[in-house]
Amino acid sequence: MDFAANFAGILLGGLSAGTVLFIVSVGLSVTMGLMGFVNLAHGAFAMFGGYVVVLAMNRAHFGFAAALALAFVATAALSVLLERLLYRRLYRAGELDQVLFTIGLIFVFMAAITIVVGPESQQLQLPPALGGQLNLGFIQYRTYSIFLIVVGLLMLAGIWLVFERTRIGAQIRATVDNRRMAESLGINVDRLFAITFAFGSGMAAIGGGLGAEFLGLDPQYALKYLVYFLIAVSVGGLGSVTGVYCASLLLGVLDFVLKLYAPKGGTIFIYALTILLLLWRPQGLFGRKET
Amino acid sequence: MNEAASPAGRAAATAPTDHPAARVLMRRHRLRWWELLPWLAAIGFYFAFPDYLGFGAELLIAILFALSLDLALGYAGIITLGHAAFFGAGAYTVGMLSFYGIWTEPITGLLLAALAAAVVGLLSGLVLLRARGLTLLMLSICTMALLQESANMAHDYTRGFDGLPSLTIDPVLGRFEFNPLFANTQYLFSLAVLLVCFVFVRTLVYSPFGQSLTGIRENLLRMHAIGSPVRRRLVICYTISAALAGIAGGLWAQTNAYVNLSALDIDRAVTVFIVLILGGYGRLYGAFVGAVAYLALEHFLAQIYPTAWQLGLGLLLVFVALFARNGILGLGEVLWRRYASRRATS
Repeated sequence: MDFAANFAGILLGGLSAGTVLFIVSVGLSVTMGLMGFVNLAHGAFAMFGGYVVVLAMNRAHFGFAAALALAFVATAALSVLLERLLYRRLYRAGELDQVLFTIGLIFVFMAAITIVVGPESQQLQLPPALGGQLNLGFIQYRTYSIFLIVVGLLMLAGIWLVFERTRIGAQIRATVDNRRMAESLGINVDRLFAITFAFGSGMAAIGGGLGAEFLGLDPQYALKYLVYFLIAVSVGGLGSVTGVYCASLLLGVLDFVLKLYAPKGGTIFIYALTILLLLWRPQGLFGRKET
Repeated sequence: MNEAASPAGRAAATAPTDHPAARVLMRRHRLRWWELLPWLAAIGFYFAFPDYLGFGAELLIAILFALSLDLALGYAGIITLGHAAFFGAGAYTVGMLSFYGIWTEPITGLLLAALAAAVVGLLSGLVLLRARGLTLLMLSICTMALLQESANMAHDYTRGFDGLPSLTIDPVLGRFEFNPLFANTQYLFSLAVLLVCFVFVRTLVYSPFGQSLTGIRENLLRMHAIGSPVRRRLVICYTISAALAGIAGGLWAQTNAYVNLSALDIDRAVTVFIVLILGGYGRLYGAFVGAVAYLALEHFLAQIYPTAWQLGLGLLLVFVALFARNGILGLGEVLWRRYASRRATS
C-alpha cells in the first residue's frame, strides 16, 4: 500500500512537471516543423509570459486565470511583432544565423527583464483554491499538480481537435509534411506561420506562468531550461503534437524520479537516453521520416 | 611512382600551373603580407602592455579555441553547440595529471590533452555525425552535458564544482618558470602554441582534404555523387578540431593553474560560437578578430555594467545575424570591395 502510494505520488509529480514542459514546448515543435526555424528563443517567450503573470498578480492584483490570459495575449502580440519584423528575414538563412539570432534575442530578453524587474527570483502566489491537498481516494496529493495534469490533457485535446478537425489544422499538417507542395496548392504559408507562431508563443507564456510556481522565475530561466525544451521537441518529433506530449511526460517523470533517487548526476541518464533515442530515430519518436 | 608510370600523370606533374583554375588555386594559399599583422600585433602587445599579459594569454587561448571550432563549423559546416566538451576534456586531462602529480611537463601535457580530446571527438563524432540540422545540434549539446554530468558524478576524482586548484606545472623547456606569477612566460608559450596550431590549420584547410571539407559544407549531395567518403572526412575533421580544442583547454588549465566544471559548460560553448560567428567563420582570421573584439569588450564592460553588456551583446548578435551574415571580417570585405570598385570607376 505504502509502495503504491509512493509510486502514484512520484508519477503525479512527474506528470505535472511534464505537462508544463509540454505546454511550453508544443509551440516550438509546430513552428520548427513548419518552417524548420531553429528558434532557441522560445524559452524567452515562456519566461516573458511567466513574468507577465507574476507581475500582473503581485502588482496589479489580477486573478490567476486573468493573469494567464493577459500573458497569452501580451506574449502572442510581442512574438508576432518580432516575427513580422525580424524572424521572417531569416527563414531562408542557414541554421547558423538562426541560432546566432535567437541566442541574441535570449540575451536581450534576459537583460531587459533584469533592467525592468530586477535580477532576483520572483515568487508566484497560487490562488487558495489551488493551494491545498486533494483527496483522490487512494492518495492525498497537491491540488495544483492534479490541476496541471487536467489542464494539460484539455489543451492536448483542444490542439488535437484544431489539428484534425479544422481547416487551418489541415493546412498546418500539410505544410509540415511538404511545404513546397502546400504552397503550390495555394496555402498562404507566410500567414499560417505568423498565426502558429503567435499561438505557440502564447502557449509558451501560459506554460511559463503555470510552471513559475515550482520551476522558479529569474532572468536565467530562458537559458536554464532551454535544453529541456529542445529535448522534448527533438525526442517527440518536429511538428508532432502527440509526440511532444509523450516526450514531455516521459522527460518529466524521468527527471522527477532521478532527482529523487539519484540527486547527484542523475540527469546523466536523461542525456544518455536522448542520445541513444536520437540515434535510433533521428526524426524523433513520432516524427515522420524526412522526405 | 605511379605518377611517373602514366604519361597523363607525368603531364599533370610537370605543368600543373598552366591552367587558369590551377593558378587561382595555387594563389589561394600563398602567404599575403597582411597575414603577418596579427603576429606582429601579438609581439607588440607583449612589449606595450606588460601588465595585461595574463589577459593576453586568455585572449590567445580564446583564439585557439575559436580556430578549432572554425575547422569543424566554418570549413566542414558541422553545426555544433557542444565544443566545450573537447575544451573540457583537454583541461581535465592536464588538470588531473598535474593535481595527482602524474605528469606536469607543459608541452607533452598539451599533447596528452590533445590526445584525450581527440579520443572524445572520435567517439562522439562516429556517433553524432550521422545526424544533421537540429538533431546534430541537440546531440552535440547532449554529449557535452553528459560529459559535464560525468565529471560532476566522478566528484571523488574531479572534485566537482569546487574544481582542482593550484596545479603545478613544470618550467617550460626546463628553464622558464610557468605559473600565474610569470605572465610573460605564459603569454609567449600560448603564442607559440597558437602559432604552431595556426600553421597546421592553415595548411590543412588549403590541402585537398580541406578543399573536400569545403565541398561537403557547400553541397553534400554533390560530394556524395563524386564518390567522396563524406562521413569519414567529417569524422576526421571533427577529431582534429576536437584535438585543437583540447590543446586550448589544456593551455587554459595550465595558465590558470585551475580546472573546474565551467570548462565543460554550455556557456563556454555558446561563447566560442559567438566569438567565431562575430569574427566571421570559414576564413581562419575570423577567430582572431572575433576573440579580440569579444574579449576586449567583455573584459572592460562586463565587470562594470554586466546587464548593459548582456543587452548590448544580444543586440549585436541580432544585428550580425540580420545584416552582417559573415561577421566583422565579412562586413569589412564588403566595404573594401565597395571602396575598391568605386576607386576603379572614378
